[in-house]
Amino acid sequence: MPARVVVLGGGVGGTLVANLIAKELGREAAVTVVDGTGMHIYQPGFLYVALDQANALWLARDERTLLRKEVALVVDQATRIDPVAQTVTLARSGSLAFDYLVVATGSRLDRSAVPGYGDTHDFYSVEGALRLREELRRFKGGRIVLGVAGIPYKCPPAPVEFVLMTEEYLRKRGIREKSSVTLLSPLNRAFTIESASKLVQPIFDQRGIGLGTFFNVESVDAEKRTVSSIEGETAEYDLLVLVPPHKGSAVVIDSGLGDAGGWMPTDRSTLAHKEYQRIFAIGDATDLPISKSGSTAHFEAPIVASRIASFVRGTAPRVAYGGRVMCFLETGGGRATSLRFDYTHPPAPPKPSRLWHWAKWVFNRAYWVTVPQGRIG
Amino acid sequence: MTLTETQLTKSIDARGMACPGPLLALIGAIRQGQIGDTFEVISSDAGSRTDIPAWVAKAKHEIVGVLEEPGFARFIVRKAR
Repeated sequence: MPARVVVLGGGVGGTLVANLIAKELGREAAVTVVDGTGMHIYQPGFLYVALDQANALWLARDERTLLRKEVALVVDQATRIDPVAQTVTLARSGSLAFDYLVVATGSRLDRSAVPGYGDTHDFYSVEGALRLREELRRFKGGRIVLGVAGIPYKCPPAPVEFVLMTEEYLRKRGIREKSSVTLLSPLNRAFTIESASKLVQPIFDQRGIGLGTFFNVESVDAEKRTVSSIEGETAEYDLLVLVPPHKGSAVVIDSGLGDAGGWMPTDRSTLAHKEYQRIFAIGDATDLPISKSGSTAHFEAPIVASRIASFVRGTAPRVAYGGRVMCFLETGGGRATSLRFDYTHPPAPPKPSRLWHWAKWVFNRAYWVTVPQGRIG
Repeated sequence: MTLTETQLTKSIDARGMACPGPLLALIGAIRQGQIGDTFEVISSDAGSRTDIPAWVAKAKHEIVGVLEEPGFARFIVRKAR
């Protein structure tokens, strides 16, 4: 009887892990992906849509077309995981038994956690990106402020990319002189990684982008047009863009498998749940203090696939996750740098260049035919 | 009670996690915690020695202690407000 592998979530991590397990184990496994919408969203595209550099049609594909034909897809919400009985309850279609479970449920946005959030803008969903695009098209000048309203959040470089790309956008629209762009950083510098921050700061200075530090957004007062931080400071704005608070998925919380934020306690090397050895987590779903990004999920998926394949075959797992992440950082002006690191090698980002910008562009365009199928390592 | 006997609400092992990094992990934990909760962040990043105390002072929380170990440090922080 084939091993029953259930994967919750059809994003980068879930799609890739399902395809890799099916490819590796063939008839030795029956792989099922459960996804609430059946649509696969390419989230790095949100920023480009918000800044009018890409069409929103590019952001979504039917998940079925990205999965190997031997992988089953169930379009339904997983509502409960029973780690002891090894079953997943679905909202509409009964339940699924599993021998191995991969939780790749990503993160949810929790805008309601910020008092006064209201119709504040963000670029963390298709709808948010489209609404921000319209707002920016109407924008005639004023103070644009970007703040971070919760930690962890997806794609740590995104706020830096947003202000750099927005400053460029305003110049192209001819309203830069009438505007200011400010990043309210949760840290004491522009970006989390100090070496990357040192690359970015001179660009901020050169382009007149403001930086507020140790500013973790707590609340918004839309009437006064002010945003306040947990550190006790206040900033004024005309157009406010926030990174919304993120939470783990409801199924993890409701099943008692997560911490206070809904993130799953995960071993940093095996990616197994700290208590249940047959349950794994990848991507945003883990509680690891590591980037919540497609790249992280992309590098974790082969590890989990390989480990599950070893267990199914009764052999000792040969690989462990070493913390590998690689991502691009757009610095504007058609230039980008890259951040590559793991648990033992801190990042040493190269000087921003057109080559990295081009590499990012190619990666974005080629995503649909490379990453989900495991054609790029 | 000695430092090592401090009752921790949560320990976060952020060794080798450059992005988003130990300080952001601490800020995230404190945001979710209750007043009086105590968090430990384990960091191998030299920058944490200045970054973490600087943020804790700015946000008016409390450094309970810093334990130096070979190759890393443990920062113990109490949520004070």
